[in-house]
Amino acid sequence: MSILEINNVSKSFGGVKANVNISMKIEQGSIVGLIGPNGSGKTTLFNSIVGTHPIDQGSIKFDNNEISQLPVPVVAKLGLLRTFQQTRIYGKLNCVQNMLISHKSEKDNVLTIFEKIPEELNEKAERLLKFVGLHQKRKLRAGDLSFGQQKLLELAMALMNEPKVLLLDEPTAGINPTLINGIIDRLIKVNKEYGITLLVIEHNMRVIMSLAQKIFCLAHGQMLADGTPEQIKNDKRVIDAYLGAQ
Amino acid sequence: MKKNNLILYGVLLVLGLTAPFLFPAFKVQISFMLILIILAMTWDVQGGQMGYNSFGNILFFGIGMYLCASIQIGMFFPLAEWTESGGEKTFLHTPTQYFQGLAVGLVFAAIVPAIVAALIGYGILGLRGHYFAICTLGLGIAAGEIAGGIELIGAGQGMTTPPWPKGIGDTELRAEFFYYICFALLIATFSFLNWAYKKRFGLVLNAIRDNEDKAEAMGIHTMRYKIVGWVVSAFFVGLAGGLVGNIVGYIEPIEVAFDGREMGVFMVLMAILGGKGTLWGPVIGASAFHIFKEGFWTFFLGWQYVALGFLIVVIVVFFPEGFMGWLREKYPERFGEVIDEADRKAQVELK
Repeated sequence: MSILEINNVSKSFGGVKANVNISMKIEQGSIVGLIGPNGSGKTTLFNSIVGTHPIDQGSIKFDNNEISQLPVPVVAKLGLLRTFQQTRIYGKLNCVQNMLISHKSEKDNVLTIFEKIPEELNEKAERLLKFVGLHQKRKLRAGDLSFGQQKLLELAMALMNEPKVLLLDEPTAGINPTLINGIIDRLIKVNKEYGITLLVIEHNMRVIMSLAQKIFCLAHGQMLADGTPEQIKNDKRVIDAYLGAQ
Repeated sequence: MKKNNLILYGVLLVLGLTAPFLFPAFKVQISFMLILIILAMTWDVQGGQMGYNSFGNILFFGIGMYLCASIQIGMFFPLAEWTESGGEKTFLHTPTQYFQGLAVGLVFAAIVPAIVAALIGYGILGLRGHYFAICTLGLGIAAGEIAGGIELIGAGQGMTTPPWPKGIGDTELRAEFFYYICFALLIATFSFLNWAYKKRFGLVLNAIRDNEDKAEAMGIHTMRYKIVGWVVSAFFVGLAGGLVGNIVGYIEPIEVAFDGREMGVFMVLMAILGGKGTLWGPVIGASAFHIFKEGFWTFFLGWQYVALGFLIVVIVVFFPEGFMGWLREKYPERFGEVIDEADRKAQVELK
């Protein structure tokens, strides 16, 4: 069963066609990669999916519901969450607070604005911070963490929200090679243990090949190829797009 | 820590309750200081906790002031005649009328600005950064000009608020009466914010300040919180406005009610001086600022604005994060920013 279905989505900014007729299906419980050279429209597609900007045409279905017209918070509430290429954390709050605020409160209306933050969330927050290895720094301000640690924190925040699908925008960019292995392990664990479907943008081929079961490749805003890592690795068009055709 | 807090609150409470008798000559001055603290604290809800620099909170101050006075008068006398006579023809409230009018006036001075904040907020809280600041700056100026054109509330020449009724004490009693109302309002404001900052409300405001896009991406309806935050500010600022009108005794559209040039800037300055985004920062900032300002206005008259400008420069250059921010930078561990040593060691040994 596909949990996320993108059909013929196009998005242009003035004369720049960022996405042209993109279609993809993402199966529930899978890890899917999204690759492509810089400026090929990967992040634009992410933005389109979560509702940051309206799409020009096409449809996006999440859990069989059309979501292309919904605003960002509503999409996030449904369980479709993204992380950012440049880390976005709440810099002046400490890690635990960052986690607490990321919890998805079930009832959310004007009355719950002054609601107390449940005690038991602390435990969950600390457990997830332990999971990404930030437990010892949980009381530091998130803005004082290094870039790599902020990425880990962002991952933990996303898990706190308990999404069904998680869109990760370059989870390993700017992170040292030893830590990258740790991140891969954790992403696989997230997928297996928490049952979260992952759609990952990645430039590090080693990472995406070992992580994804299926890979889509974009170039110039168009879907260039899709297939298993093995197929993509040997696809001449993909190699040409990355290295330039000979 | 808990015990220290209790002692601190106790001392402040006793000091607040006895201040009119300890410093009998400064009753009105201290009342003003309390009002300034309220203004700084409520500005900080937007400017500090939420990261939206508002120059428009003065709007609610002015609305509260005009509305309270108008109701106090209008309940018992024709308002148009009161403002038209320019003081020549005076009506006198009986004590009962006076207090009834004040009570009803203050209720409206709180509720109406709150509603206005909700309506305007819905329209402009989508703006961010400088755009929001400039937009709110316009609000205060526009309100002053509009108020200056309405004959019913005295237009440009302003209006007087009801004088203290005859037969129940002198001006000293009046000063004490308003002092204690201001003090009660300050306690209410402080307690409410102290409570609200510990709830989801406070955490979300901080999240909006640090990264609003992220907050939205995580499924938080930020607009709701922004509007409610502004409504809370407007509620207390409106009450403060209603009280100030009565303490001063005279309302003028640009110099007293919608005084964005002074009061509107002061509330920003006070919050920054003490440390924005903290509970105690605005309290400390407003107290220090008021004492500093009154000192200069008294002893260096003519140079007061030079001194004020100098103060702004010093704050911005040396204490960009304010007094509380400076403390936090110097003693982060006092604010709970510590690395869990046991946990760190355990991790090192594991490797």
